[in-house]
Amino acid sequence: MDTILELRNITKSFGKTEVLKDISIQIGKGEFLTLLGPSGCGKTTILRIIAGLEEPDGGRVFLNGVDVTEAEPNKRDVNTVFQNYALFPHMNVEDNIAYGLRIRKTDKKEIAARVAQALELVQLSGYNKRYPHELSGGQKQRVAIARAIVNNPKVLLLDEPLGALDLQLRRQMQMELKRLQKRLGITFVYITHDQEEAINMSDRIAVMRDGVFEQIGTPAQVYDLPKTSYVAEFVGNANLIHGRTIEIKDGVASIEAAGGLVKATVRDKQPVPGMEVTLAVRSENIKLYTCSSQTGIKCRLKEISFAGGMQKIFLQLEDGTEVVSSSLGMNLAFEPNSELYMSFDANHGVLVDL
Amino acid sequence: MTIKSRKKNKSNLWYGVIPLYLFTLTFVCGPLIYMLVLSFLSRAEVWGVEKVFTLSNYIKIFEPVYFNTFIESLKLALLTTAITLLVGYPFGYFMAKLSSRGKKVMMLLVIVPFWTNALIRMYGWIIIFRSNGLLDKLLMGLGLTDKPLKLLYSFPAVLVGMVYALLPFMILAIYSVSEKLDWSLVEAARDLGATRLQAFLTITIKLTLPGILSGVVLVFIPSMGLFFIADILGGGKFMLVGNLIRDQVITTRNWPFASALSVLLMILTSLIIWIYRRVTHVKDLEGLV
Repeated sequence: MDTILELRNITKSFGKTEVLKDISIQIGKGEFLTLLGPSGCGKTTILRIIAGLEEPDGGRVFLNGVDVTEAEPNKRDVNTVFQNYALFPHMNVEDNIAYGLRIRKTDKKEIAARVAQALELVQLSGYNKRYPHELSGGQKQRVAIARAIVNNPKVLLLDEPLGALDLQLRRQMQMELKRLQKRLGITFVYITHDQEEAINMSDRIAVMRDGVFEQIGTPAQVYDLPKTSYVAEFVGNANLIHGRTIEIKDGVASIEAAGGLVKATVRDKQPVPGMEVTLAVRSENIKLYTCSSQTGIKCRLKEISFAGGMQKIFLQLEDGTEVVSSSLGMNLAFEPNSELYMSFDANHGVLVDL
Repeated sequence: MTIKSRKKNKSNLWYGVIPLYLFTLTFVCGPLIYMLVLSFLSRAEVWGVEKVFTLSNYIKIFEPVYFNTFIESLKLALLTTAITLLVGYPFGYFMAKLSSRGKKVMMLLVIVPFWTNALIRMYGWIIIFRSNGLLDKLLMGLGLTDKPLKLLYSFPAVLVGMVYALLPFMILAIYSVSEKLDWSLVEAARDLGATRLQAFLTITIKLTLPGILSGVVLVFIPSMGLFFIADILGGGKFMLVGNLIRDQVITTRNWPFASALSVLLMILTSLIIWIYRRVTHVKDLEGLV
């Protein structure tokens, strides 16, 4: 895959706050990359640095192999869909979309054709003469996208573009955006704090925390094989269990946790026996039994909730760790405050923070 | 308080407004109507006004002596407005970009002069402008001029005084609209390929237009009538509409003519406000509140 955009050792501070600490990433041509993280983790700052609206304190930005670190925003072949859309209130839809082309003194006939094409692409044909205040949130968002893609940017930056929309519209727009991206073949750098959105849309996800990338990988990698406990919790809503490795045999580590023994497949990084480890396991992979077996941790059932066809069982381990188990349908076999045993397949247990 | 008693209170509010209306009718509408009527009456031979209808007061305005006064006033007002806009726009614009602490300091600096009477502040300019005054001494000391410039009682002196007196209104009008400006729109323009200047011309100017226009209104209207500045810094050499009206009331005692001049001045200023509303679709003057 050809690299279209590269960030190399980017750092940025606002006053005394270090917002970005040594950010490096290569983004491929036509890739859909999502920056995922909670608000205040520095996602927007990365986007602004790529767009040229902010200058990094250190590091370089390469666009299509050219160092653009010091280039003005108007000199970069990059367009942004802003979080608040930033549509020009004194211009109608057509003039908003044509803005970039007119600034570049594009031929009038070509402008008309490309604006019409962009409007069709975002399914807003016929809205040419409307003003932003006459549009709904979803429509404004489409205009913002049309205004950016009409310029054929090398990279399109999207800052939580669906943040202000309601859930149903969000879902619909997620699919539309993804389709649009595939069709145009433009590289997307997409910001969100919604892990579901990130998993749904992205080719790769970069999980951010406090100005660093915790993990960069495909949705499956990030979801199934989190590298850190933070990624496990933030992306997969995984449970974290602490313990000590006893032995490693045939690629499987036996771990002694409070109240019993569990097994986890060892992956790229090897733990050593006797090491304190943290294990991530997602709630849907946890099985519950009323009697003990060879592997399994003793736990106490605290509470049962049922919503959206999913039953959630809240458990507490002997060391006080809270664990959630979820399953489809209702299982009435368990009583609150009863003693249970939980276990999971070795390949569902992921050793994190190694 | 129960709902019922609250309702009752609401209907009682109506009576409470009566004094306000009476006050407005007596002291605002009354004098205006009086002035309008007066402008169509004749001047009495010796004293006061004769109740004889005439249009001569209005015709008299177009006599060259008086008409030139209007033209002179208009020239001064336009120049004053243009200069305050050129100085006040960048001032107000960059003031809105300061930190909240910086804004407070600048706001104070803009407002502090108002704590002293405008008349007294104009006397301050005399000290600066008079022959061998502060400015002359400074310029001669620097070797830029070799003799006093005789700046006092000249058109530039009056202009400086006008700009000085009215600049804060322009600054505050521009500041108020710039403060509300959504800077992300400027960033969006830059992102879409506009240079700083292009973004300023296509986005910032358009979105701060209501502030520009209200600043223009707030400066232009008073500058037609601020007679004391022309008196103090112009030394009576400059007859503006404001001076003319005052002289007609106090010295010449031609009240009908003074009324006609005032009516024309009011029509002129109303016209400017009407244009402002047509262009901006805003009912209140930006920055006035």
